Amino acid sequence: MSGLVRLTVNGCAVEMPDGSSVAAAVATVTPHFRRSVRGESRAPLCGMGVCFECRLRIDGVAHQRACMIPARNGMQVQTDD
Amino acid sequence: MTEHYDVLVVGAGPAGLATAQAAAGHGARVGVIDAQPRPGGQVWRHDVRQASPHAARHAFAALARVEWLARHSVVGAETQVLRVEHPDGVRLLGYGALVLATGARELMLPFPGWTLPGVSGAGGLQALAKQGWPVAGKRVLVSGTGPLLLAAAATLRAHGAHLLGIHEQAPTAAVHAFARQMLHWPARAVQAISLRTRLAGVAYRCGSFVRRANGDDRLQSVDIEGPDGAQQVECDLLATGYGLVPNVELAQLLGCALAAHDTHPHVQVDALSRTSVAGIHAAGELCGIGGLAAARIEGAIAGHMAAGDLTAASALLPARARARRFAGLLSTHFALDPRLRTLATPQTTICRCEDVTLGELGGYTDARDAKLATRCGMGACQGRICGSALAELGRFPRSGPRPPLFPARLATLAEASPPLSD
Ligand SMILES: Cc1cc2nc3c(=O)[nH]c(=O)nc-3n(C[C@H](O)[C@H](O)[C@H](O)COP(=O)(O)OP(=O)(O)OC[C@H]3O[C@@H](n4cnc5c(N)ncnc54)[C@H](O)[C@@H]3O)c2cc1C
Ligand code: FES
Repeated sequence: MSGLVRLTVNGCAVEMPDGSSVAAAVATVTPHFRRSVRGESRAPLCGMGVCFECRLRIDGVAHQRACMIPARNGMQVQTDD
Repeated sequence: MTEHYDVLVVGAGPAGLATAQAAAGHGARVGVIDAQPRPGGQVWRHDVRQASPHAARHAFAALARVEWLARHSVVGAETQVLRVEHPDGVRLLGYGALVLATGARELMLPFPGWTLPGVSGAGGLQALAKQGWPVAGKRVLVSGTGPLLLAAAATLRAHGAHLLGIHEQAPTAAVHAFARQMLHWPARAVQAISLRTRLAGVAYRCGSFVRRANGDDRLQSVDIEGPDGAQQVECDLLATGYGLVPNVELAQLLGCALAAHDTHPHVQVDALSRTSVAGIHAAGELCGIGGLAAARIEGAIAGHMAAGDLTAASALLPARARARRFAGLLSTHFALDPRLRTLATPQTTICRCEDVTLGELGGYTDARDAKLATRCGMGACQGRICGSALAELGRFPRSGPRPPLFPARLATLAEASPPLSD
């Protein structure tokens, strides 16, 4: 199969197979993706870009859908706390 | 500046890919748009572990002859032009003919605990696993309804999940009646047998559903209701889905008529894929849930029609009729148990974007009133999850979309529209 990509999630180094999504990379570190309006912990529901439960910050840009974005070398991903 | 295509296709699932192939075969300039980074739609989604099936690879090859616009989301529509957002900006794409192949999403029904991390869609967890989501060694329970549960379970097992069981809400008699019908569809029967073989040893329980998910800040166990009573099962992940809902929002924005006799409307088309708006065609799941075979045939019909070849399109009509007949079986045999519509309590969150509970929706009978008063459906998903769920619960039908179809950057919306031609 193809190679690996290296990125960080909440500061932790993660290695994923090429073609993985950011959502998958995050799941190797934490079950928590975002806080809801009332402060509950949330994580991906639909896996296909519809529910917006996987939103987080990638390279400083907030509200990115982690299930729609391929993991890339050097990405810095931050879940919302 | 507006780029122009003879045929513009929205969606690169099996339907959109078949459209592209057929239209490009007539020499048309074809553009294919998809919000996803790779082609394939749902069933042919790229899997980090497994090679794509032969039919998918063949379909992807068609993209070499068209302009393939990955990670492009259609957020709005003006006269003969789509407003499309991509990672580096915005594009305005004009078209002679437009083919909508936007597919379907999963139907999620709210129940206590469904917002806990660890609970996801059945096709949802399948999609995540294909993206590299770690399921190996995890205890996974699959629940909901329909053949998609088997497909999802097979993917999860191939990725190393420890499957605790598949809980199908339809009663045994209905599932058996469906299985008997499969004898008339040998190709489907072979598929079903191969799935069951890949799931050998995994319990398949009919008339059984998840009533509640338990855990503090992540899933720890589920309460299951079945023919033999209630039980609690500890698990790491719950993959649960109650069928599919056509993605009609873009078609609706473009003014295409919907067939609304079912709980979840689909785009109204004739057998030759024409919507109520001249020059706009639709193919695949958004025209009513029909599965892979129907999507491919309808896509090809739409591609021929968009390129102006009525003869080639008409030749596919018998195949289309047969594929659509199979689809009819699904809705009859996997009808939802009414108890599933009563699982949510007044404290259960319905709108996950705005944290609105069922109790807070109490007195409203109209989606717009509820929206204004509670913000239900006004969040980022724009009611795609809660609106469909509320329609299924019989509360109120989902209200129509407003642009942008997905939350978009201000710059995307500000880009000047082209002047109207003639
Ligand atoms: C989560 C999920 C998993 C499934 N798994 C299976 C399976 O394993 N086996 C099976 O036989 N069937 C499966 N199905 C059923 C599936 O609907 C059909 O098999 C088939 O994929 C339908 O083809 P389609 O081309 O009509 O739509 P889809 O395959 O859904 O393709 C539609 C495409 O349109 C794109 N799109 C939609 N709106 C926009 C927009 N505004 N802008 C840009 N792009 C857009 C989407 O990103 C998507 O790629 C699954 C369905 C879902 C929802
Ligand atoms: S998981 Fe639903 S949008 Fe990403």
